[in-house]
Amino acid sequence: MPGVKKVGQRTIQFANPPVVMATASIVGPKEGEGPLADCFDKIVQDTYYGEKTWEKAETKMLAEAVEMVIKKAGLQTGDIDYLFAGDLLNQTISANYAARQLAIPFFGLYGACSTMYEGTILASILVDGGFAEKVVAATSSHHNTAERQYRYPTELGSQRPMTAQWTVTGAGAMLIAKEGSGPRITHATVGKVVDQGIKDPNDMGAAMAPAAADTIITHLQDTGRKPEDYDLIVTGDLATVGKALVEKLTQQQNIDLSKNYTDCGILIYDPSQDVHAGGSGCACSAVVTCSYLLEEMIAGKYKRILGVGTGALMSPCSCQQGDSIPGIGHAVVFEMS
Amino acid sequence: MGANEGSLLDKQFQQVKKQAQQQQYQQMAQSVKPKQTWVKNAVAAFLVGGSITAFAQIIQNIFQSAGLAQKEAGTATLMIMVFLGAFFTGLGIYDNLGKFAGAGSIVPITGFANSIVSPALEFKREGFVYGVAAKMFTIAGPVLVYGFVTSVIIGLIAYFFQ
Amino acid sequence: MSILLAFIIGGLICVIGQLIMDLTPYNITPGHVLVGYVTMGALISSVGLYQPLVDLAGAGATIPLSGFGHTLAQGVLQAVKSKGLLGVFGGGIEATAVGIAAAVVFGYVMAVIFNPQG
Repeated sequence: MPGVKKVGQRTIQFANPPVVMATASIVGPKEGEGPLADCFDKIVQDTYYGEKTWEKAETKMLAEAVEMVIKKAGLQTGDIDYLFAGDLLNQTISANYAARQLAIPFFGLYGACSTMYEGTILASILVDGGFAEKVVAATSSHHNTAERQYRYPTELGSQRPMTAQWTVTGAGAMLIAKEGSGPRITHATVGKVVDQGIKDPNDMGAAMAPAAADTIITHLQDTGRKPEDYDLIVTGDLATVGKALVEKLTQQQNIDLSKNYTDCGILIYDPSQDVHAGGSGCACSAVVTCSYLLEEMIAGKYKRILGVGTGALMSPCSCQQGDSIPGIGHAVVFEMS
Repeated sequence: MGANEGSLLDKQFQQVKKQAQQQQYQQMAQSVKPKQTWVKNAVAAFLVGGSITAFAQIIQNIFQSAGLAQKEAGTATLMIMVFLGAFFTGLGIYDNLGKFAGAGSIVPITGFANSIVSPALEFKREGFVYGVAAKMFTIAGPVLVYGFVTSVIIGLIAYFFQ
Repeated sequence: MSILLAFIIGGLICVIGQLIMDLTPYNITPGHVLVGYVTMGALISSVGLYQPLVDLAGAGATIPLSGFGHTLAQGVLQAVKSKGLLGVFGGGIEATAVGIAAAVVFGYVMAVIFNPQG
């Protein structure tokens, strides 16, 4: 028997839609020069953020984003029931070390760049299910820590191909609560891992696009909605290549996204910033959702948004062994009543 | 037995179908790929690579006119170039040059120095033994391995066939 | 004149590397190009085809990594003549020792002095 809060194949319909009470976003210098600069809560000018290593800087950003979102909601750390957090680094050290200093009951997540949306879904489930009143979902990524782990040392003089994306430096946090004012989370469609055999680690948009398209199509089927029912459909970090592919894949199913579809990886940078295809990384969807998207909702520009956090679930090891790159996409519906 | 065979066939059919689907998708992905700017890259590689080697030739000429034999002058030039490659990597300039020049700054010996210094710098925080010293050879190591192996094979052939 | 020749030949050798990286599938990386240059340089040199290029272009042929392969090959070929079987193993490394030691030592020193800037 399907759950009472489940519709269709794999969409959750929240009985008491949780509220996004507050959001916080911190970004690095490059993002601070981008078109969304005014939306972020804090722009850090130094990639080390006063720390000795980039890993420590990332941890500091993540912890600060969580503290900031709690403060913005007018609460104390002790008021938070649970924290969902994750990042890109091995053993998700940024999240673990941030949680070490926060002392909030903690679930560590790994959803690659989809972590923000994975955390948002899980937090909403806890809140709607009555297991918690206030939950924080947060994530971070850092260009230099990711570059070190997944690709080359940052000082190596190599060229990035045109399909490559630029990992966003920053951290985003969202406080999801049972009561309050703000955008509500009404639906969530949990992604399946989809792999269409893309192997090029410099072409993540193409690797993730089938998963994103699969989730969007399933979501629309499950809810019986059309793309026009949303003011905006936005994917996490597919950038230009992946966005074009999602449009093509959905068109094959006679779904027309051309009017109201965009991608966080395209929104966050200006093409003149030499990022090639666009932004990526956990922080990409996190900081755009936790600043621009939800702020515009509160400002009344958008009433209903479908956000799809996308992630590429490979590791340098699996890539070197020649395995293809699996992708995932988690969808969340934000609605302003 | 029959049912088993059926499910086996079915499995194979599913697999073939999946492969076809993947191939179709990969073609589609290929079609939306932004064009690699290879003409521009080749020109940049030519200009920068040529400039680096021309600069080395200037140094070599200076050494030679100072009285060094050609071979010694060549070795001394090599050392100077390695030093410069390492130094500009340390200053954080070489990676920016590489972004523009590609192979133009990878192929000269300065690029070899860059490939040694960049991981060494980067992994300093992981300590001076397992960080700097071990990571130094992540890219240069393979170059030395294949270089040495090739030279020994050439030597063996020369030894046995002369 | 020697400088112009070094510029043209050196530039052309780099262009070949760039074309290899741009026009082959993604799995040919800078590391593969460097390994390929050293190996090819040594092989071409061992059949006597690299020396004319060095005579013509000087640094234009010795500074690209194929020149490193050339030094390895010439070193081992000479050592085989003078030292026999021991030369087979020592010759290449002896001839390139200065460059490698310089790279390692300068690399280490730079790593100690500087910090990565990203």
